[in-house]
Amino acid sequence: MKNKPDNFHFQAKTALNNPSLQQALSKATTHILNKRARAIQELTDLETLRDRARRIKEQTIAQLNHYLLQLESEVRKAGGKVYWAREARDAQRYIAKLVKQKKAQLVVKGKSMVSEEIGLNEYLEKLGLEVVETDLGEYIVQLAGERPSHIIAPAIHKSREEVALLFQKKLGTNPEAEISKLTQVARERLREKFFQADIGITGANFAIAETGTIVLVENEGNIRFTTSLPPVHIVLMGIEKVIPTLADLVVFLKLLPRSATGQKLPSYVSLITGPRRDGEKDGPEELHLIILDNGRSRILSEPALRESLYCLRCGACLNICPVYQKVGGHAYGSVYAGPIGSVITPPLVGLYRARALPYASTLCGACRDICPVKINIPHMLLQLRQGLSYRWNRNLINPGYWLEKLLTITWSMGMKDEGRYRFGSKVARLLQRPFLKKQKISHLPYPFSRWTKSRDFTPLAAKPFRIWWEDNQRSSKDHERAD
Amino acid sequence: MKAHLFVTCLVDQFFPEVGIDLVKCLRLAGVEVHFLTGQTCCGQPAFNNGFWREARSLAKRFIYLFEKADLIVIPSGSCASMVKVFYPVLFKDDPILLARAQALSQKVYEFSEFLVKLLGIETVASKYTGKITYHDSCHLLRELKIYEEPRKLLKAVKGVELVEMENSEACCGFGGIFSIKNSDISAAILQEKIDRIRATDAKVVVANDVGCLMHIAGGLSRQNLTIKTRHIAQILAAD
Repeated sequence: MKNKPDNFHFQAKTALNNPSLQQALSKATTHILNKRARAIQELTDLETLRDRARRIKEQTIAQLNHYLLQLESEVRKAGGKVYWAREARDAQRYIAKLVKQKKAQLVVKGKSMVSEEIGLNEYLEKLGLEVVETDLGEYIVQLAGERPSHIIAPAIHKSREEVALLFQKKLGTNPEAEISKLTQVARERLREKFFQADIGITGANFAIAETGTIVLVENEGNIRFTTSLPPVHIVLMGIEKVIPTLADLVVFLKLLPRSATGQKLPSYVSLITGPRRDGEKDGPEELHLIILDNGRSRILSEPALRESLYCLRCGACLNICPVYQKVGGHAYGSVYAGPIGSVITPPLVGLYRARALPYASTLCGACRDICPVKINIPHMLLQLRQGLSYRWNRNLINPGYWLEKLLTITWSMGMKDEGRYRFGSKVARLLQRPFLKKQKISHLPYPFSRWTKSRDFTPLAAKPFRIWWEDNQRSSKDHERAD
Repeated sequence: MKAHLFVTCLVDQFFPEVGIDLVKCLRLAGVEVHFLTGQTCCGQPAFNNGFWREARSLAKRFIYLFEKADLIVIPSGSCASMVKVFYPVLFKDDPILLARAQALSQKVYEFSEFLVKLLGIETVASKYTGKITYHDSCHLLRELKIYEEPRKLLKAVKGVELVEMENSEACCGFGGIFSIKNSDISAAILQEKIDRIRATDAKVVVANDVGCLMHIAGGLSRQNLTIKTRHIAQILAAD
């Protein structure tokens, strides 16, 4: 069964009960976080850089139409074709048309979250094409028939042993093989595919409006192959990926690899401006840029959520998130997992379907602190929770919602007046009596039973602080008159 | 100096001993402590759970009650953040209340911040023998950026050996309503925190928020561990 955002609680539980996943997640996130910590230590101007990067994003998103049109015209000038896709299916259809026109049979892909978002692999496979993911992590996930569970490390949920078994089953390798041997096998397989492919599809880390340049950042060289060997290169980008100038790229290239993988620089940075020109030896004959909206303009029109469009997709917030560290990416049931995923999934798939995600956070704020562009994720999660409570959506016909509402209203009524508060605190003391055993509360009725399932609850004190205060005031000389 | 204590509903109802120690610490520091008995809750539970209307009505009440105070001391990073950071968010579309919330936010201090930043306290008279470890509460650390202050105070206590746990800045998994709505995840995060506390061999874990401490204590108690949880005021008032 495919994971869905509706089933977050169930999926999270499954993840918590999977010891090998727990181990893989803890090992991988700790490793990436340590690497990142070392890589940013060398930056003396980290805060300045983050502020600059954020400012660039703020200014670009504020004038998005201007920069996108500039990008379109520059890409065209360089010989590329540009297609505006409002929805996933528009992008799918454009690619399908191209496939038919080229009589393509084999498509190689570089890692692209946008292609996941539009379900491109399944779509193309239905059309009878062979689609091969060429990023090692994506390749593993594709062999396993799964979906990526992390923006940067798609197979982060898999242990080495699981990968070895998978390769044995699918590629016939020795299950005892070293990682380097497995990589070697994958490389050989993929090398053939690069040469046979009719079309290469990639995402874009950045698109520079000033020059019409697509920027791709990677470590394995597979993207370089994907963009230079097949005769046709298709780039899929979300509307928020545009940046104004080449000079801006410098700022982001300092931040992105450090945040994503803890590297000063990735092994490959490709800057692609148009298809192959006359006299050039490599490069595709055609370059198609698909600029996809797919719900992003909905985020743009929502001032409280707008800054989620600044995201570089570095994945750092996933690594640092205490919730992601425990449940991994698949539990979220959405293309984008983790803290940033919990913010952008509701506007992309609908608030009701993604209703569990804004609550899948302790609001600890570690995501905001690690974000290279300082996206205030916890505050946006609060905004979304507010939207779920009041704005019309199907959540309002959910009985759980009304129980919560009833409890909240009763509680807030009790808090609104000193007399009621005192009365309520007496009633609560009576109510807790049957549950109090040896100064401990180990069982409470639903919904509080969810707490006491794994933790004891602190009993209310015999007397509240204010009673002490009043006694103390009465007996002390410096009696304070009420204000 | 005159200061109003907003003791928080959790301290009032669950941990009055923390309140008593807070008063003691503040008085020792020469502060004339005031306590408005009309105070209840800052509204954070409703706010965090998305019920902003209910939160707004409690926030308004708080503003009316405390507006006249010169200084407000709050022994919780989380409740102090609510007043300082989130009241202005709640009233962003109401210019008058926004102005009043912003003015109020300038007068609010978290307890350790108040002692170190405002009063400049460097030495404390208390004694507390033993190894303790300090847990950074999320709102205190990341909304209010308070990291050094509590450590400075704890190190100044005679007899205290402060041992840092691994990743003290990691959340304990409480998150208010999160601990109920996503109780399994919450418990798994807590387990990691407890393991890290145990690894320090400290007998006491200290924090500036009784919310986190209640959560940690709940786990410790369920696992029959004898490690104690203490609010920072309890260490500073010990003799």
